[in-house]
Amino acid sequence: MTAAPRPEALRPDGHRETESPGVPGFGTWRGVYVFVFGWFVLVVVLLTLFTAMYA
Amino acid sequence: MNAADWIVLLASLVGIAAYGSWRTRDVRLNTYLRGKPSTGWGTIGLSVMATQASAITYLSIPGQGFESGIGFVQNYFGLPLALIIVCAVFLPMYRRLNVYTAYQFLGERFDEKTRLLGAGLFMLQRGLAAGVTIYAPAIIISTVLGWRLDFVIVATGLLVIVYTVTGGSEAVALTQRWQMAVIAGGMVTALILLIVRLPDGLGFTGSVAAAGALGKLHAVDFSLDPSRRYTVWTGLFGGLFLSLSYFGTDQSQVQRYIGGASLREGRLGLMFNAVLKIPMQFVILLLGALLFVFYQFAPSPVFFNQAEWRRFAPDGRFSAIEAEHLRATAESQSAIRAWLESRGTDDTAQETAARAAMVAASDRAHAIRVQAKSALAAADPRAKIKDSDYVFITFILTELPRGAVGLLIAVMFSAALSSKASELAALGTTTTVDVWRHLRPLAAADEARNVRVARRFTAMWGVVAVAFALFAGFAENLIEAINILGSIFYGVLLGLFLVAFFLRRVGGRAVFLAAAIAQALVIVMYFSLSIGYLWYNLIGCAACIGLSLALQAILPSRAPVAGSGRT
Repeated sequence: MTAAPRPEALRPDGHRETESPGVPGFGTWRGVYVFVFGWFVLVVVLLTLFTAMYA
Repeated sequence: MNAADWIVLLASLVGIAAYGSWRTRDVRLNTYLRGKPSTGWGTIGLSVMATQASAITYLSIPGQGFESGIGFVQNYFGLPLALIIVCAVFLPMYRRLNVYTAYQFLGERFDEKTRLLGAGLFMLQRGLAAGVTIYAPAIIISTVLGWRLDFVIVATGLLVIVYTVTGGSEAVALTQRWQMAVIAGGMVTALILLIVRLPDGLGFTGSVAAAGALGKLHAVDFSLDPSRRYTVWTGLFGGLFLSLSYFGTDQSQVQRYIGGASLREGRLGLMFNAVLKIPMQFVILLLGALLFVFYQFAPSPVFFNQAEWRRFAPDGRFSAIEAEHLRATAESQSAIRAWLESRGTDDTAQETAARAAMVAASDRAHAIRVQAKSALAAADPRAKIKDSDYVFITFILTELPRGAVGLLIAVMFSAALSSKASELAALGTTTTVDVWRHLRPLAAADEARNVRVARRFTAMWGVVAVAFALFAGFAENLIEAINILGSIFYGVLLGLFLVAFFLRRVGGRAVFLAAAIAQALVIVMYFSLSIGYLWYNLIGCAACIGLSLALQAILPSRAPVAGSGRT
């Protein structure tokens, strides 16, 4: 069966992830996502330490 | 509530609503449906946050911390990951296609019938939930303040209808910014006043230590035991799935971030939430855990929904339970102090024994609260025996000074209005863009008419929500019923979008049939199986994706149909 057609606008646009987000210290959006993910991991680690300290 | 409380309450609620209506009285279609084109990331971020957190969040979550501890924070672990996916995949596509609703994207990617299916699933689910957004806080606030429930429902409903109908999405974002300021100010005030009022000699650190020793600060649980309700794994997987459905496909959220000055503003608004949501929920839960310690020392009712308690015990019928509760609380208090003193010594055995005595005393006090609930249920099986939602509001009304009570009641109403406004704007927009324009394609060019129609549909959904909230007073377990309804439809809706984004081989016919079959399957399973309703989110989504792939492989090919391009 043939693939479903899609307009040009529906194609993935990889270059947008490498665009500058205009946030000091970050060159690309990927960098922002990695920072947010790292922040999430840090929060989970801190909550784990909090649990170990008080529970 | 005294005059100062009333002034704070009315000034913040009516003032913000009037400001929103006045500032947005002349709006163009694009602004009405998508918000001001110059909206920055801060406003978008606050708007997304205000939409997600309804009044029940600020009433129930401290109660959750009080009753079960702060483990509920794990439920939000999937949220930052889901928001990264929405930022990287969903948002750029919505903006590139310049859509007003998420379901327009389904029309562009597949066909009109799939778009209508997605819009229909959203309207069915969100339309019913809209009534609960008004009803749930109204029942609690009217109970504790002794106000008429129907008055609270109609007053809050009318207020939100007026400014949402007037200014649409722009009014929603504008008012949410100020409402979030009231909410943040009120919650910080409550936390500070709670810390100040913690018992002498205990303080903040002693109270946190006591809450921890009493099992209220178990934030993270890596257990693989499926019977445990909140673990890291349920939070990560279940939370990711639910957040992806909610932020990526629910128009009440999509409408908050697709507008704005640029793609950057929407992305930063979402990342703002990804960073702040877990710490914010942690603080609200911690407030609940500290309330637990506070009420070991301050006079507390055996059952926090005092209106319900007095309904069944006007003549001191349960006085024996109340007396027992007083004794148990006094024992628990002494035991906590004894444990704190034992921590200052180097005697580990004494500390262990004091800790065990404290936990036992707390368990006895808890058992008496359970006994009180059983007594209520025995007196009338229809009695509302869940009282944790009333813990924080009881603290507000009995412990806070004048003015602060009004501010905290304003927090609850602001949260109700802000989430309600997003729902109404989204329902009005979806009905106009995805349904009305589908039926009247030639009317799409008439901007003034479109705004008029969108206003009428927004008002219609507001009236439906108020009517449903008024009716809901007669229904039992309504909130759970709405959650079940959401779980039944959310999974298939997310499945539609995931197929659209990630399975580019699948066409409209296959996905439409797959979604229809998956939805029927979920409904049949719901009526024939007895599994936790949250699983239907996963089942619906997996069935939609799996069936789409299978049907795409077996259905005969058909001439391609390009996207309609209609907006």
